[in-house]
Parts: sequence; structure tokens; C-alpha cells
Amino acid sequence: MNSVDTSARFRTGSVDMTHGGGGRAMAELIRDLFHRHLNNPLLDQGHDAAVFQPPAGRLVLSTDGHVISPLFFPGGDIGCLSVHGTVNDIAMGGARPLYLTASFILEEGYPLADLERIVMSMARAASEAGVPVVTGDTKVVERGKGDGVFITTTGLGVVPEGVDIRADRIRPGQLILLSGTMGDHGIAILSKRENLEFETEIRSDTAALHGLVGEMLEAVPSIAMLRDPTRGGVASTLNELATAADVGMVLDEAEILIRPDVAAACELLGLDPLYVANEGKLLCICEASDADNLLKIMKAHRYGQDAAIIGKVTEGSAGLVQMETGLGGMRVVDWLSGEQLPRIC
Amino acid sequence: MKYVDEYRNRDLARTLADAIRREARAERSYHIMEFCGGHTHAIFRYGVQGLMPGNVKYVHGPGCPVCVLPVRRLDDAVEIAEHHDVILCTYGDMMRVPGTKQRSLIRAKAEGADIRMVYSTLDALKIARDNPERQVVFFAIGFETTTPPTAVAIKQAKAEGLQNFSVFCNHVLTPAAIAHILGSPDVQETGAVQIDGFLGPSHVSSVIGSRPYEAAARLYRKPVVIAGFEPLDVMQSTLMVIRQINEGRHDVENEYTRVVTRDGNTKAQSLVNDVLEMRDSFEWRGLGSVPDSALKIRDAYQFFDAEKRFEISQKQSREVKSCECPAILRGVKRPSDCKLFGTVCTPENPMGACMVSSEGACAAYWTYARHQTIAEAKAKREQKPEAVA
Repeated sequence: MNSVDTSARFRTGSVDMTHGGGGRAMAELIRDLFHRHLNNPLLDQGHDAAVFQPPAGRLVLSTDGHVISPLFFPGGDIGCLSVHGTVNDIAMGGARPLYLTASFILEEGYPLADLERIVMSMARAASEAGVPVVTGDTKVVERGKGDGVFITTTGLGVVPEGVDIRADRIRPGQLILLSGTMGDHGIAILSKRENLEFETEIRSDTAALHGLVGEMLEAVPSIAMLRDPTRGGVASTLNELATAADVGMVLDEAEILIRPDVAAACELLGLDPLYVANEGKLLCICEASDADNLLKIMKAHRYGQDAAIIGKVTEGSAGLVQMETGLGGMRVVDWLSGEQLPRIC
Repeated sequence: MKYVDEYRNRDLARTLADAIRREARAERSYHIMEFCGGHTHAIFRYGVQGLMPGNVKYVHGPGCPVCVLPVRRLDDAVEIAEHHDVILCTYGDMMRVPGTKQRSLIRAKAEGADIRMVYSTLDALKIARDNPERQVVFFAIGFETTTPPTAVAIKQAKAEGLQNFSVFCNHVLTPAAIAHILGSPDVQETGAVQIDGFLGPSHVSSVIGSRPYEAAARLYRKPVVIAGFEPLDVMQSTLMVIRQINEGRHDVENEYTRVVTRDGNTKAQSLVNDVLEMRDSFEWRGLGSVPDSALKIRDAYQFFDAEKRFEISQKQSREVKSCECPAILRGVKRPSDCKLFGTVCTPENPMGACMVSSEGACAAYWTYARHQTIAEAKAKREQKPEAVA
């Protein structure tokens, strides 16, 4: 089959059960779509498993399933998201990401042209991040049993000598840094949900943060904790860390940046941006003496331009995250309960 | 953000707090009922109570539409969804409210009922148009704020001849509730609730205006100040209520002038009036049966009335026994008075509606002040045996 035929098929065809059947159709899909776009020496070995020499040092392994609706959203799509999500999980372990694997679950009837767009986006994200997808898997489920495309990625990374990111290294007196604005991803997704479309310029912040983390750790290897505030937002993430480390936290609302359009959407929908998901932001907890240095490094990086010191770790009230409000009062910032729901009144 | 940041300004908050401190007389206390859950939420979210002097206390009112819906009506909605093979459309807040035996819409959905969360009545109409072979029921709840959209949906359905659309109407009215609370034995006889004045409804008043509260304010000699939902609105209105109390006045004043007029949105009112009419009485959770406090669909539109389209069985509906929601909705108790609060009743496993809705008092206490509230509740529980002895 020549390449002209293939691209014609991708323009008009759709996923069918034979693409997961293990026969020729599946082999062609893998060769002409996945290998063609994601190509790298390890993937090109063409095995079900990638074989490589492990690097020296402690390894970090992480996996993340991506199910998102809609699959394409302002600022990204499930393809790049599935790369960024796992690269970030590895980076938040303090590690340099090395390799990714990808498992696709495709729904019968899904347009091949859209699948190709997703794979191309994934390839671009992997290439920009410098983290190749070295092996993968494809399955097809019957129509109605999936939601177009599900992608699970697994990442492997290596931790530099001297770096030790752990929640139990969080201590009273340390400061909490946040790399940028809150809620962009969640609101970008909501703006395209079927029953809630509104016109906005808000784009998802989806991005791979290992470059930023690498620079931060190079300057301050003693960073206690890193975490990307994804689902549940910065509020749930900090609650998780405060509980794990048995410390309190006090935030300053005035230092937490929210884009005006995100804030407006949240006001209209009755959502609290502190609970809305992000895909390209990180929280860093470090010694007070390192905070200014880290802040400078973050602000100089394209993914940390709006970084700020948003609060501090305190003694007592273990597991409790509080915030001085913009108004000057104090409030508890709790875990997210269930899903955030729009108000009625 | 324009029109929002101005109402959350720290310096103005400090100025207002100082003014309230000067106005509030040390020799007395001021118990101000904020009617709406939106106010309760603002008070907690922005830490407004902490900026008040100790003798100014907020009493949380019943203005949470999800909270005041009696369990029976929720059970009816679950039954419609489960037994009549309909698509039931509901606002999100309603999904997790527990009915009899903890049965909620979300549980019915998990077990196969077709229940969909919508953001507006227009979504429900669209679902009806897209599914002509299915019956689509809109579970209409809320105060006067959400009533006009329901009326519009029914009118639209009639205009389009949408045969498969109907509304399960549970709209309730705030002035009747305020009058009922002020006239209740809790306030008039036992003194279980002390109310010196009201922060009047915000969004509701944008529709009905400030005039409908005047009768109750006059009759029961309590000041009402229509208050916006932003924290500075709440603080400014609090100051206005305290001034009225000090001056012995009981007027209806309007702090929320940027939205509310005395007559309200007359176009919306006439739309509602076209489609809906007063029920003789309606059961409110916590308040009991309140005359002239809810709306039903007029006969001219009865084709779209789900209560007439579907047979709904008589059933025994029961709330969780120890749940104090009813007393909390009347202002008689606080969430910290409930022995279920924070023990068996949490947002993940709610026993009553007040813990579900973001406008519910229990949810506000849980979200913004639960450590303090649980400590208070625990202290009360430990005190009790001694008190008996």
C-alpha cells in the first residue's frame, strides 16, 4: 500500500473492529498512523516491548489514564494532554522524564482523521518535551462502549542525585509557591461542554513542566515538595499535602492569580477557581530562604511567568488549609466535595 | 473584575467594619437573619462574621431552594424518573440530595434511571426536541429567581407543540416564608429564635422587587434590607439593619440598588403570572405547611404539568431521624447543634439537603469553618450528660 492510499483512508475512514483484531488492518494502523508520527529508534524496533539500558539513579514510574470530553478543546486536545499529564507526574517526583508508553482504547466508528490529529498532537508534545513514546497498544471497543478515544500513558524518569521530593519533608516555616494562574484548563473545557457552550478566549494551560522543574531543582535541589494541582485544583492538592505532612497551611488570596475571564466564568457558574483543574501549573514547597531565588527562576521561565509566593506552612491545626481572604477575613479552604456544581439561586 | 472586585475591597471592608462597630450598641445584641444561602455563603467564604463585633450575629435563614424542598417531592421526582421511563432533567444541586432511605437522584441514575443535569430550562427543551420518542420532565425547583425561566420553557413548549415535555413544578415564594418565620411560635412565643432584622433576598428581589416584603416588615415590626451577595453588600446591609434597629424603624430598605427596584422585573412577573398560579399551601422542609407560598401550573398549561401527566403514588416519605435540617432552616439551631454534623453527615455522605447544596448552612459550615464547628459540636455533646445530671 502506498502512502497516498493511506492518507486518503485517514481523511474519510473510521475506526472499525478490525483495527483492534490483531490482523492486517491493525498492523497498518500501527504502521501508518502511530509509528509514522511517533517514530523514534526504540519504537521503530517494532516489538511489543521497548528494550533499553536503565540509567543510573533512582527511577520514577507513573501512569495516567486520560478520558476527557470534548477530545479537542481550546489550547489542546487529548493527545498533547496525555503526554503533558504523565511527563508532569514524573517531573513532580523530581525526576527527568525519559520514556513514555501509550495505550489507546478506540471506539468503533471514531473518524480516523480525528485520530490522526490526536496522534500528531501527541507526537508534537512528545517531541517538544524530548520524551519519546517508545511502545504502545491499541484496542477497539464497540460503538457506544467508549467515548471516542481513551489514552493511558505511562512514564519512566530518573531522579537526579541529591533530589528528594516527599510530602513528609514539608515542615512549618516553609513557603508555598505557585507557578501561575488558576483554573484555565477546567474553564476552557467547561466552555466547550455540550450543554454549556460560551464564547471565550480562555485556553487550557496544558504544558509539560519538566523543563521548569529541572531549572528549579538545579538551583535548589533541596525543594521539599512539588505537585501539579490538576483535578480538584490547588485547594484539594494543598489539603492532600497538609494532611500527608501533618501541618497547617495559610494562604494569601491576594497572591493567587486568576485570569479575569476565568474569574468571570467562575462567578457566572458559581464555581470556585481554587477547585478548578489546571494542567500546566505547579505548586512548590521550599525553605523560606530559597523562595526568592526559586521565584526568580520560575518567573524567567515561560511556564512560570506569573509565579508567586502564595502562602506558608504553619505549625498546629494539622491538615487544615486556611486563607486570608481578599476582604481581610479568614476562611478554611477545604477539600473538594464531590463535583463542583453550579448554584441554583 | 469590574462590578465584582469593587464589592470585595479590603479597605472598604475595614471602613464598614469600623462603622458597624461604632453603630452597634454595646449594651445589646443584634440577631440578623440572612434569608438566602447566597448570603450565608458570602459570610463564610469571605470571613465576614470575623469582621463583626461580638454582639452582631447572623442567623441563617431558609433561603436555600434545595434545602426547603420536602423529601416527599424529591421521592416523587425519583419515582417519575424510575417508573415512567422518562428523561428527568434537574439542576445539579438537586442530584445528591438524599430522599427517603438515602435514595438520591444520583443513586437512581447509577442504577439506570435517565437523569440529566442541566444548567437551564433551555437545555431541557433541547433534550425534549432531540428525543421526540421519550418523555422529558424538567424538575423545576427554586425561588422566584428560577421561576421565570420555567414559565418561559412551558410557554415555548406550548408554542412549539412539544408533546413530550413537562414540568414537575416546585417553585416557592420568599415573602410568604419570611412572614411565616416571623409569625411562627419560635419567634413569637418560645423565643427559640431571636430575629431583630433581615438581610432580604438578593437575586429573588431582582425579579419581585422590594415591595412584597413591606407587609411583613410592618406587621412584625422588623427591618428588612435587600442585600446583594457580595461581601461588601452584606456588610453595608448589616450596617443599615443595625441603624434601623437603633432608630426603632422597621422599613424595607434596598442596599442592592444596582439591580433591585421597588417593583422588580414586571415583564418577568407577568410571564410567571401567565403560566403559574398560587397553590393554597405547600409543604416546606423545616417550616411545615405554608399558605400561599408556592406556585403550580395553570389549567391553560396543564398539558405540561408532570403531576397531571404521570401517576405519582402515595408514599411514606421519611427524613433521617436525627437530622436537624428542619430546625436549622428555621434558625432555631445551628449546624454545630446537630449530632450528625461531621460525624455521619458529611458532603460525601449527606444525611440532609443542608449538607449538599452550596447554599445550605451545613455545607457552608463544613466548607469554611468545620474544624471550629466540629469542636463546638463535640463540646456540646460532652457537656450534655452533666447538664442532665
